[in-house]
Amino acid sequence: MQELVNAVAEMMEEQAAALTKKYLAEGVAPLEILNAYKEALAIVGKRFEEGSYFVPELILAGEMMKHAAELIKPHMGDGKGASGAKKVGKFLLGTVEGDIHDIGKDMVHMLMEINGFEVRDLGVDVPAKRFCDEYRDFQPDIVGLSGLLTLSYDSMKAVVDGLKEIGVRDKVKVIIGGGQVDERACKYVEADAWVTDAVAGLKCALQWIEH
Amino acid sequence: MSNAQQLLLERERRFNDAVALKKPDRVPIATMWDFFPARWKGISVKAVMYDPQLMFDSWVECLEHFQPDMGENPFALRGLARVIEALDFQHLKWAGHGLGDNMSYQFVELEVMKADEYDHFLFDTTDFMIRRYWPRVYKALAPLENLPPLNQVISYFWGLYSGVFLLSPEMEAARNAMIEAAKASAEVLKWAGAFAKKLIDMGFPIPSGGYSQVPFDTLGDVFRGTKGIMMDMYRRPDKVMAACEKLLPIMIDSAVASAKRTGVPRVFIPLHKGLDNFMSPDQFHKFYWPHMKELLEALIREGITPWVLAEGICNNRLEAFRDVPPGKVIYHFEATDMVLAKDMMKDRCCIRGNVPMSLLTVGTPEEVRAYCKKLIDTCAVDGGFIMDASAPLSDAKPENVQAMYDFTKDYGV
Repeated sequence: MQELVNAVAEMMEEQAAALTKKYLAEGVAPLEILNAYKEALAIVGKRFEEGSYFVPELILAGEMMKHAAELIKPHMGDGKGASGAKKVGKFLLGTVEGDIHDIGKDMVHMLMEINGFEVRDLGVDVPAKRFCDEYRDFQPDIVGLSGLLTLSYDSMKAVVDGLKEIGVRDKVKVIIGGGQVDERACKYVEADAWVTDAVAGLKCALQWIEH
Repeated sequence: MSNAQQLLLERERRFNDAVALKKPDRVPIATMWDFFPARWKGISVKAVMYDPQLMFDSWVECLEHFQPDMGENPFALRGLARVIEALDFQHLKWAGHGLGDNMSYQFVELEVMKADEYDHFLFDTTDFMIRRYWPRVYKALAPLENLPPLNQVISYFWGLYSGVFLLSPEMEAARNAMIEAAKASAEVLKWAGAFAKKLIDMGFPIPSGGYSQVPFDTLGDVFRGTKGIMMDMYRRPDKVMAACEKLLPIMIDSAVASAKRTGVPRVFIPLHKGLDNFMSPDQFHKFYWPHMKELLEALIREGITPWVLAEGICNNRLEAFRDVPPGKVIYHFEATDMVLAKDMMKDRCCIRGNVPMSLLTVGTPEEVRAYCKKLIDTCAVDGGFIMDASAPLSDAKPENVQAMYDFTKDYGV
């Protein structure tokens, strides 16, 4: 299995797919294969943090993972597997109203899911009210608000205000992410944390869940 | 000499001194306005996009109020609503067209060119543009997807099928859309010309006479999409390089032609995908910088000053960026460390920026003045610096923009 971990971590896409197929044909448990991917993704994330991997590697790793999930699907007897594993927490995610950017959000989605979060992704241009409605239904531990523009600050703030109105602000962590967010924006929005890349967002979420 | 003519010369000299790494009479200041003038006037973005007279008047009033050292002509980029509407342009959403009435343009990520279409693009770029790219990016031209290859129209008997296709009802619709777009373009150009003249009459130099991009950005932004090109670096690196080579002369020629047409020897080049966090140093030096350097050098050879907007963080790119002829390039930084940038660039390039948009949007005038003071103290002491925001002003608070202008003019002498 180490061979598969290495292939994914080293961005050897064809080799990773071939190994996945081989293991499946040999009857290796799908969950074991998925765990190898998870381990590889952790290495990719670590290298990103250390500054040796960048956006292309995150995207390609996500694609390898997606492809593997497709290969594995027919081998999942009861439709469970990665999704049947115990979840570490619930993460409600979306790009805020007025903003249609999704590349960063999608990377966050992928990383959170691989790391055991149950993710509900509301897509882009999501109004504050929808976040609050979905909060009631989904009861997330963390709400992640994505936005690339300064125009997003007010939309992010509207979500936080909405969470206050429904009386749950102290029950949930709010993290904002995007190219224009910083300490100042975080304070304005009254979020709990801000990040400018997906891996930092994951790290922050994991820390919250552990404590 | 009239007051405006004098102002024009003064500002042009101030600006050019900074570019040439000399110390100007005071720190020059200019900003990219985006739709700030509309918001400042309390008019919606949609209203100015569809009413050229309103756009004209609000921009004039705004520039007269803030008195920047460079003007800005909004028509070429912000006044295009009717053109892109006629073409049903897919790469943007805009006010009243997928976005609220007060929103600026937003770019839509698309994979216009599929991974297996590199060979078509490389074999005959123009054929690919007309029959694959245009139909997908300009939905009104979708019928062109069915146009027979034009390079097969070689002699009289080879052209029959293509000729007949031009008569089809769907081609008639596409033709009409092109004519509508052309009429709308002529209207925009009329206003753009009038505004350029007005700028000169008011004593404002024109900041740029053309637009260009690093080929990797063009390929990634509008052909393959961000996700597509990021994976292509691994999956088909040779094709990426070949496509960038193909795009380079197009990026050079179109910018040079535009600068010559407008008579403004400055070209705006925003950087999108070569930033610190977007690719590794190896990837940058393979896929990005070589063509960027060629682009900058080609423009400089034509007497053009490239105004490079380095978005995001580019701390690790400064070493490469400085490898250009001295005093010929403006590097406008968004979130790059300005102390480091000054240190690396002081003998090479004028640096510009970088009052953060978060500060201008939710900060206070006092914080803005403090930031500008720090910038002037660290970056402008020996010249070679232009004060600007880190990005287009968009929805900055007017009192913060005012503070930035007033403080720079007072303190930057």
